[in-house]
Amino acid sequence: MKRRDFLKNTAVFVAGASVSASALDFIDPQELLAANPELKWGFLVDTHKCVGCGFCVKACKTENDIPYEANVTRTWVERYLIKKDGDVVMDSPKGARDGFTTKLLDQNHSGMKLVPENEIAQAFFVPKLCNHCTTPACVQVCPVGATYQTADGVVLVDRSWCIGCGYCIMGCPYGVRFFHPVEHVADKCTFCYHRISKGDNSACAQACPFGARQIGNLKDPNDPVAQALMNQRVGILRDEYGTKPNVYYIGLNKEVR
Amino acid sequence: MVEQVAQMIVHGEAWTIKDLFVLPNEYVYWSIQIVMYPYMTGLVAGAFVLSSLYHVFNVERLKEIARYALVFSFALLPVAMMPLMLHLMQPLRGIHVLMTPHFTSAISAFGIVFMTYAVIVAAEIWFVYRKFIVDSIHRLNNKPDRSGLESLLLPIYKVISLGAMDISEEALHSDHKAVKFLAGLGIPVACFLHGYAGFIFGSVKANALWMTPLMPVIFICSAVVSGIALCIVSYYIFMEMRKWAAKRGKNWLLPDALAQGGTAIPVEQLRSIQDHEVKMTSKYLLIFMTAAITLEVLDMIFRGYTAVKSWDALRMVIYEHDFMKIFVYQYGLGNFLPFLMLLLPGLTTRRAVVASALVLFGVFMMRWNVVIGGQAFSLTFSGFMEYHLPIIPHDIETFKEGLGGMLAVIVTPFIIFYFLNMIFPAFMSDDEAH
Repeated sequence: MKRRDFLKNTAVFVAGASVSASALDFIDPQELLAANPELKWGFLVDTHKCVGCGFCVKACKTENDIPYEANVTRTWVERYLIKKDGDVVMDSPKGARDGFTTKLLDQNHSGMKLVPENEIAQAFFVPKLCNHCTTPACVQVCPVGATYQTADGVVLVDRSWCIGCGYCIMGCPYGVRFFHPVEHVADKCTFCYHRISKGDNSACAQACPFGARQIGNLKDPNDPVAQALMNQRVGILRDEYGTKPNVYYIGLNKEVR
Repeated sequence: MVEQVAQMIVHGEAWTIKDLFVLPNEYVYWSIQIVMYPYMTGLVAGAFVLSSLYHVFNVERLKEIARYALVFSFALLPVAMMPLMLHLMQPLRGIHVLMTPHFTSAISAFGIVFMTYAVIVAAEIWFVYRKFIVDSIHRLNNKPDRSGLESLLLPIYKVISLGAMDISEEALHSDHKAVKFLAGLGIPVACFLHGYAGFIFGSVKANALWMTPLMPVIFICSAVVSGIALCIVSYYIFMEMRKWAAKRGKNWLLPDALAQGGTAIPVEQLRSIQDHEVKMTSKYLLIFMTAAITLEVLDMIFRGYTAVKSWDALRMVIYEHDFMKIFVYQYGLGNFLPFLMLLLPGLTTRRAVVASALVLFGVFMMRWNVVIGGQAFSLTFSGFMEYHLPIIPHDIETFKEGLGGMLAVIVTPFIIFYFLNMIFPAFMSDDEAH
């Protein structure tokens, strides 16, 4: 065979093979199975109901094997204290794993701070978790595609593929990501995907004694979460980043960031 | 029990001090190695641009340092990847970035840009040294009693000659054209290599300090500055060492003489080359410094003037927490002082070298202030984080992301350069190469 012929035949073969191989993409069975146009997961937090007991954090750590003593957590509760002069003091000791057991606010290096009761205008708690954004910054920046979005709107991390560069941690505007102390890969809330896809509740929502947390299907008009989004005034966190979060808050104050 | 305690220490916890309200998962995740990464890439790109000044624009006066800069840039190249490998939590999976890139990520461009650049530099070196390689093959072949090192070099030269043994006038002329083309092509690629490192930071929308479209341009300018400065400083040091070694016949300090047999240049000639090259190069340093400082100051003024939501936190970081690092170390010692030193009349070689060393320090501080400074405040803008470089490591992590890892990255290019110099003598003075 002449060199010219060889090159020609190779080109024809490669072109032909790539056309037929691309057809396989159209009928990817995994995609077919996962795509469910009737399902999009969303989360509703009613801040009026949260008392800062931290049961959700405990339940999450236990359910998802996040080392109990490690200073990282997939979900946490923040305490906001707004003073009469407008100052805001916040804390979240150990992510509120043990709840808020003292009136002192943990200011880390600056120590514990006590705000006299007569100076306090209002105080409240805000639970936080991964927002499972519709256009997630973390998925965009992952250099190897180890973090991805499922067809039903949940953002997950492939522990066997993550290289541990930390770009997703830097890219997340909500600070929900961290390095798992045992697995040494990026980790974050999964909406308890292993539970909700079997029809169970997420661990945090199940553990909440006051019903402050609810997970639901935003595409089902009869779902309590979807109804609340329709009938109540809800807010989202940091919409200026354009990530379109799917965790909604009832009673969100402007001080909450 | 030990394992249990180790499990409790989260990545980043060992060197982060939190103050006021910081989210539970926030730490300084990108530490010293990510400072070193753009710093080393910048040195690679800058050294290459310096060598191209001669090859493309025929700046004849930069001839000697140009060849040195090219070889040194090649020695720096593998080290640009080293900080990334030291930083990854799963270094064995680092290859995924090259094999399965996810193209919406800025980092995924790394494999393509880096490899393109490596090929260009390698090809340019090959064309520059082709005549030398062929000559060496003939010389070593004809030598009856080859030393051990020479017997090792001969097959290496034979392989890298790629069988191209033609050194006729015509062939050399086309070599020369190829060098010029590659050097010209290399400039935009070098800028892209470093501009993209700037893009990695500039495109993180969650980070108020990093997110600016100026970031890639600032990175490119400071890269050229640091690359040229490093070439001046290291060229001076190597020349001093060579002078010292040539006088005393300490050939182990002259890897090329060791490999090529006593071709050491006379001391007087060395001195005049050194003076001339260092002073010339510092002129170019001055030009690029002006561009870099202008952009950085523009960025700072713009942030203060527009004063968006994040400015309160940024102002605290810039003017209070990091005041020393930004205004004293980076701008004062690293920019202003060397700028004056280079501008004052009667520039001596030694002054140019000291100024360049300060510039190198300044660019390092700039990288530090960008990477660490960008993580000095919480996403809530209500708290701050301070980074403490681990000096004495107590486990592998604090070594990799501490002083030890940093020094390893700094030392490696010089080791590579030592051995590379045996194959491609960077300090050749005659017209053997282009």
